[in-house]
Amino acid sequence: MARSNKPIVWGPFAAGGTLTAFLTPALILLTLLAALGHAPDLLAYERLHAVASHWLAKLVIVGIVFLSLWSAAHRLRITLYDLGMRADALVATVVYLIAVAGTLAAIVYLLRI
Amino acid sequence: MSERVVELEVLRYNPETDSEPHFQRYSVSCEEEWVVLDALNKIKETIDPTLSYRWSCHMAVCGSCGMMVNGEPKLACKAFLRTFDGVIRVEPLAHFPIERDLVTVIDDFVMKLKRVKPYLIPKQDKPVSEGEYLQTPAELKKYKQYTLCINCMLCYAACPEYGLIPNYIGPAAIALAHRYNQDSRDGGRDERQEEIAATEGVWDCSFVGACSEVCPEHVDPAGAIQQVKIKSMVDWYKEHLMPWVKK
Repeated sequence: MARSNKPIVWGPFAAGGTLTAFLTPALILLTLLAALGHAPDLLAYERLHAVASHWLAKLVIVGIVFLSLWSAAHRLRITLYDLGMRADALVATVVYLIAVAGTLAAIVYLLRI
Repeated sequence: MSERVVELEVLRYNPETDSEPHFQRYSVSCEEEWVVLDALNKIKETIDPTLSYRWSCHMAVCGSCGMMVNGEPKLACKAFLRTFDGVIRVEPLAHFPIERDLVTVIDDFVMKLKRVKPYLIPKQDKPVSEGEYLQTPAELKKYKQYTLCINCMLCYAACPEYGLIPNYIGPAAIALAHRYNQDSRDGGRDERQEEIAATEGVWDCSFVGACSEVCPEHVDPAGAIQQVKIKSMVDWYKEHLMPWVKK
């Protein structure tokens, strides 16, 4: 049997999953704190805006956004398959395109900073 | 020792007379500390000698008595009656064809097990006069957990992917392939990868994790499968992005 090419899509999924596992809880906590008006000064909007204006920070943010979106897209694809949706090629195309579109949007917004 | 009457609803199927399986109810008086297998044995000895099921060791070592107990794959010798309320429903292992009553046809699993070559393939043969293949405790620890598999197939009955995709090689076979791949004395990984790095190998797994939950020996096949995925991914990137790197 031929070895599968699935690692192309699975690699970013696994990397994104690991990232989200660590980052999402922290993001939720920070968002809640910000909503309550208690975001620490270090993470204030102006400061984060300044960080995001550096090209290296932009690169890192794009990487994080892409991997997280890709991970969610892949998980959704697998879940839909498990739920009985057998049009896997169509589902895969749609969800991966959404992840890519989200990444492109992040790039556009970051370039405007 | 106290006795109580236990109600069992057992799936019966005789291919010579039945067009499809049906349930049969038995009331059997059991000791408090009995397991489902004891109840089945008592039924066979005192009520219905035609009831068919596999068992051998009665101590969770042989892996023969796997069956669905109230819908969950369990070893009948490890499923204590006192942990169930009401009628206990006993069926053959899910996802396998029924041969007779609680006996399943396991050919599919056996063929898959053969395909992954679950035995040592030495890097190079050496004559007996050169002595043993030595191994450190740390090297043993890398694969010991996966040697505990008793081929009971509970993981196959629990795996929804195996139910959906019959060609999927499945948890136990992949965990055993991983066991030999992790062995410092082994050099057969390349041959096994042909099977387990295929689409029908690890990539049909969606990491539901049910295999590890039902495993009576705590082999953690789901963990083994994820490790194989990561290693296969590294292989793939090396092969396609860095073809100049030798394997």
